[in-house]
Amino acid sequence: MPPLASKHDKHASKYTLDRNIPGAFEGETVTRRHFMTGSAHAAGAVAALSFTLPALGFAIGPIFKSKPHVWETVGPTDMFPDNNYIPTVITLTPGIGEAGKGLVYVRQKNPAIDTDPYDKNTPYIAITSRCAHLGCPVRWVPAAERFICPCHGGVYDLLGRRVAGPPPRPLDRFYTRVVHVDGTPMVQIGSRFSVNSELRRFSPRDPGEPIDGLGQYAYPSRPSIRR
Amino acid sequence: MPKIPTPPIPAPLKAPPPRPQESNGAVRPVDHAANAGTAVVDWVDERTSLSGAARWMMFRKVPKGTNWFYTLGSATMFAFLNQAVTGVFLAMYYRPDASGGAYESIRYVTDDVFLGQFVRGMHKWGSTVMVVLVFLHMGRTFFFGAYKYPRELNWVIGVVLLILTMVMSFTGYLLPFDQRAFWATQVGVNINGTGPLVGPYLSDFLRGGSEIGATTLSRFYAIHMLLVPGLIAALIGAHLYLVAKLGTTAPPWSKAEKDPELRESEA
Repeated sequence: MPPLASKHDKHASKYTLDRNIPGAFEGETVTRRHFMTGSAHAAGAVAALSFTLPALGFAIGPIFKSKPHVWETVGPTDMFPDNNYIPTVITLTPGIGEAGKGLVYVRQKNPAIDTDPYDKNTPYIAITSRCAHLGCPVRWVPAAERFICPCHGGVYDLLGRRVAGPPPRPLDRFYTRVVHVDGTPMVQIGSRFSVNSELRRFSPRDPGEPIDGLGQYAYPSRPSIRR
Repeated sequence: MPKIPTPPIPAPLKAPPPRPQESNGAVRPVDHAANAGTAVVDWVDERTSLSGAARWMMFRKVPKGTNWFYTLGSATMFAFLNQAVTGVFLAMYYRPDASGGAYESIRYVTDDVFLGQFVRGMHKWGSTVMVVLVFLHMGRTFFFGAYKYPRELNWVIGVVLLILTMVMSFTGYLLPFDQRAFWATQVGVNINGTGPLVGPYLSDFLRGGSEIGATTLSRFYAIHMLLVPGLIAALIGAHLYLVAKLGTTAPPWSKAEKDPELRESEA
């Protein structure tokens, strides 16, 4: 009897007679043993994928879930001078109490200082305390007119631009607006955005990610947080 | 039935010799009781054949010159077992609640639970000990050349175990949810984010969103107590199997035994 055609044989004939399968019906080109082995493997694969795929999707789902835009009132407009920052606390992550709060430095926009052409419609400058290096909390030192990070020595100027240390870009900012609550003009803080070294706006990036030049493509905007 | 050897009991405590009418070779209940341990082991072994595997694992030949440096692997394993046991019992008190519950549960363990500070301390300092031992074990393997053929795969498994140990250290650091935990995780996640293209998505995956929050804590807790310990335990099993299968290496300074025939001819 001639040898059975191997399943790895690319030139196996499509005719039953040429396959030399013992006891084959007309039209059979696959041995029953081979067919059963394949069926068992396929059933096992389906069973395994039926729980691994949903579990994987469940785990990576938050990557694609967007954050809602909210406006938070931080105080009346006369609370904020135009030459010094006032620290205010806003809720960055709702529902977890103190751990979800973050510090934002707010001052009124000053045409003499804020000369960049990109930020036309934010009446107040709100700068995050999250260092652009690795996310430690920076503090505003009024005497030096500098933001200083305690962790790795990042220093930023009055506009949040890097002066010294490892940060790859300026401090992030937040959108601001003024709304009248019971006749009193109040400052509200909205979503976060990142700026490059010319203070041009970008979708929020995480700390440590440069957005000048190729950086904006190497560290793309994510679906979980957009401006 | 095989008899186990008699332990050295002082004379006054020894059982009296059998009376004449009893010493007719009959097996008394006390003999059964004395051999109960052997009988149980025999019963299990008859149905599982495990004693062969146990002998294969435990009674191995080791090369001449084997020394204390060869115990670093076992030391690492015992450090892991310490982490596993203390971790299981810490989980009985811990709550992965980002709005204050996690911090409070750790404070309760440390301040109020009997031996709580000790067990938490064992887990906290044990983690550092484990990392140190892993590196010493790795250094021993490297400097003794024990990673070479045919043991390359065991080196690879060991490197995966090193990475998993680091993952344990990283995820465990967040769990107390105090200031240090929060900011250290902030920095750690952002370091992950500095990888081009995939980094930002990796950060979102680790945090379960764009900011550290309740999802981050429960996610780190699940990784720390379920996912990675299971992987480490399985890989330690594979690591040990290969050690038993391939045997250990002689230290690099020990000379090879000369062929007996060659030695005779030289003499």
